[in-house]
Amino acid sequence: MAARVETPLRNEGSTPHAPAITISADRRTFASFRELWEYRELLYFLMWRDVKVRYKQTFIGVAWAVIQPLVTMVIFTIIFGRLARIPSAGVPYPVFAYAGLLPWHLFAGGLQRSIQSVVSSAHLISKVYFPRLIVPLAATFSATIDFAIAFIVLVLMAVVYGLMPTWRVIALPGFVGLALLSALGVGLWLSALNVRYRDVGHAIPFLIQVWMYASPVVYPVSLVPERWRLVYSLNPMVGAVEGFRWALLGKPVPDLQTIVMSAGVAFLLLAGGVAYFRRMERTFADMI
Amino acid sequence: MSAIAIRAEGLSKKYRISAGNRAYKNLRELLTDGFRNFLARDGARGGLDTVWALRDVSFEIPQGQVVGVIGRNGAGKSTLLKILSRITEPTEGRAEIHGRVGSLLEVGTGFHPELSGRENIYLNGAILGMRKREIDRKFDEILAFSETERFVDTPVKRYSSGMQVRLAFAVAAHLEPEILIVDEVLAVGDVAFQRKCLGKMSSVAQEGRTILFVSHNMSAIQNLCTRGILIRQGRLSFDGTGEQAVMEYLQELAQPAASPFAANPHRKGDGGFRFTSARALGEDGEESSHLVAGRPASFEFAYENRIEARQVIVEFTLHNDWGTAAANFHMDLTGYIPEGLPPRGRFICHIPILPLPLGEYRGAIVVRAGGRQTDIVPNAVFFRVASSTFFPTGRTPPPQFGACLVAHDWRHEPEAASKQG
Repeated sequence: MAARVETPLRNEGSTPHAPAITISADRRTFASFRELWEYRELLYFLMWRDVKVRYKQTFIGVAWAVIQPLVTMVIFTIIFGRLARIPSAGVPYPVFAYAGLLPWHLFAGGLQRSIQSVVSSAHLISKVYFPRLIVPLAATFSATIDFAIAFIVLVLMAVVYGLMPTWRVIALPGFVGLALLSALGVGLWLSALNVRYRDVGHAIPFLIQVWMYASPVVYPVSLVPERWRLVYSLNPMVGAVEGFRWALLGKPVPDLQTIVMSAGVAFLLLAGGVAYFRRMERTFADMI
Repeated sequence: MSAIAIRAEGLSKKYRISAGNRAYKNLRELLTDGFRNFLARDGARGGLDTVWALRDVSFEIPQGQVVGVIGRNGAGKSTLLKILSRITEPTEGRAEIHGRVGSLLEVGTGFHPELSGRENIYLNGAILGMRKREIDRKFDEILAFSETERFVDTPVKRYSSGMQVRLAFAVAAHLEPEILIVDEVLAVGDVAFQRKCLGKMSSVAQEGRTILFVSHNMSAIQNLCTRGILIRQGRLSFDGTGEQAVMEYLQELAQPAASPFAANPHRKGDGGFRFTSARALGEDGEESSHLVAGRPASFEFAYENRIEARQVIVEFTLHNDWGTAAANFHMDLTGYIPEGLPPRGRFICHIPILPLPLGEYRGAIVVRAGGRQTDIVPNAVFFRVASSTFFPTGRTPPPQFGACLVAHDWRHEPEAASKQG
């Protein structure tokens, strides 16, 4: 079963003759990425809605975006920094932990939202047509708002600890992007799978927790034995967290191999995720 | 110009009806199903528990035509609209659509209760496929149409349901597609607003746009549609003028409904104790599809008792053509406890004075035996109330003013002369 969609549905009101759409079951042709572009305003509105609604009717509002990583940082500093005395590559442990938690929360938040996004948009999916990819895209991207707010605290911490940014900071957006793409890649796989098997939803908190300990958030990569390093870097968040910290604090210096490896895996996950999502989206309305 | 707007060729849609009617599965079910499918590999899995919601439907709609799609509940109308709106895909067949489509399968899709009226206009507009610029341009017009100007910055959750519907329809009404696909959206709101919506629809139609319109509101179909398509059990059973299609549909309704008991995908229950037929009986005790308000009527349900159930509870609900539950008839309510049930028999529910406004009705029946629901037939019986002796004048209020007729009288008392100083 497949719907063949030759041309985008949307066009400006001014277009005199919209191209024909063919709906059928006998061919497998994907809707074009151009169509996704046509719907960019919907993407914007859905993100805007997510952000707008998130802290409605809360007392402290956006402060929640800061409290979560901040409290986690304090706990980690006490447990891993003070008690377990995990090395932090010459950076004060609180800064080390917070700089790891930021990209991590971006990933975890984006992932969590995107996995639930399709199922929680059931009412839209069963009543209106639009490229379904918009839903997990908007959910993932809306996590950047919390990230941006929490980032301000990091800047304050850097000032307090007297850490000045260097030229490396220009690489920062690249690593933020890597964390986002990783969240999107995994999110696409799991959000589509969640439509069919709601087990996915139950597994998320567990998955995210395990994943965090498999990423260099509370410890530096140098703690991982050399011979496991390659396998370890298959986790795209290894490159994202390590790179983020390096771009900001100048240390620890990651090896290029780790970064390339992580980025490569992230892109593979994303490409596979898009293909899988596109294949599954045809039955969303019937399954959801 | 008679260029084609929509061409459908052999559209078919097959649905799986899984046990318990849940569309999604959990992992355990996947494993057991997988194992079962592995054992019964050849053929069995396709034919099992599937139903054709739509079967081999073909038609052509020229640009500018206003087409009404009618049929009983579950006939496949909504499935057809969903396929043409690209929400779900056909199992077989194809369709071609020429022009920008706007589909309204529901009013207020994507409304968020926490957001204000203003914000929801933008969000809903974007979801329906409008551009931000387009919404900016029409914003004041939309707001005026909805009659909710004063609350534009209030969260929608504080709106009354009527206001929500008006706002939602106002957004939808300002969608300017070349092809408009509408599903039963007029069955909401108060009468004045409905008239406004119908007016908007006919002005849209006069602008030469193509409209595909599903409704149970026969007068709307007759007034608006130049063409009517009747769908019956997933197949296109009639294609003609709106007027003809309505007549055909009313005739279909008048026929004794054999189908709800034979192949009804909406029927549920484990079947140990099940109904075999349901009939509406007139005053004379003869089967009738036209009942008279204010006169006696009965409903007769024949059953088959395969599990030698001793005690059963039968419940019967009437829905009007607005989808509202108008009345409920329940053995528990009257305290009736049937005893000594044979393998076959019939229950009769007698109503001394039928208190229903004019319109079409369908009855859903449910039976419980041994603590389980053994049969649920949502569309068991159809009938029409076409005349009334309920009130002395013979008039009845329209069903949107009240789902039931209540006997009453009026009197007048002059105010006693005021003694206040």
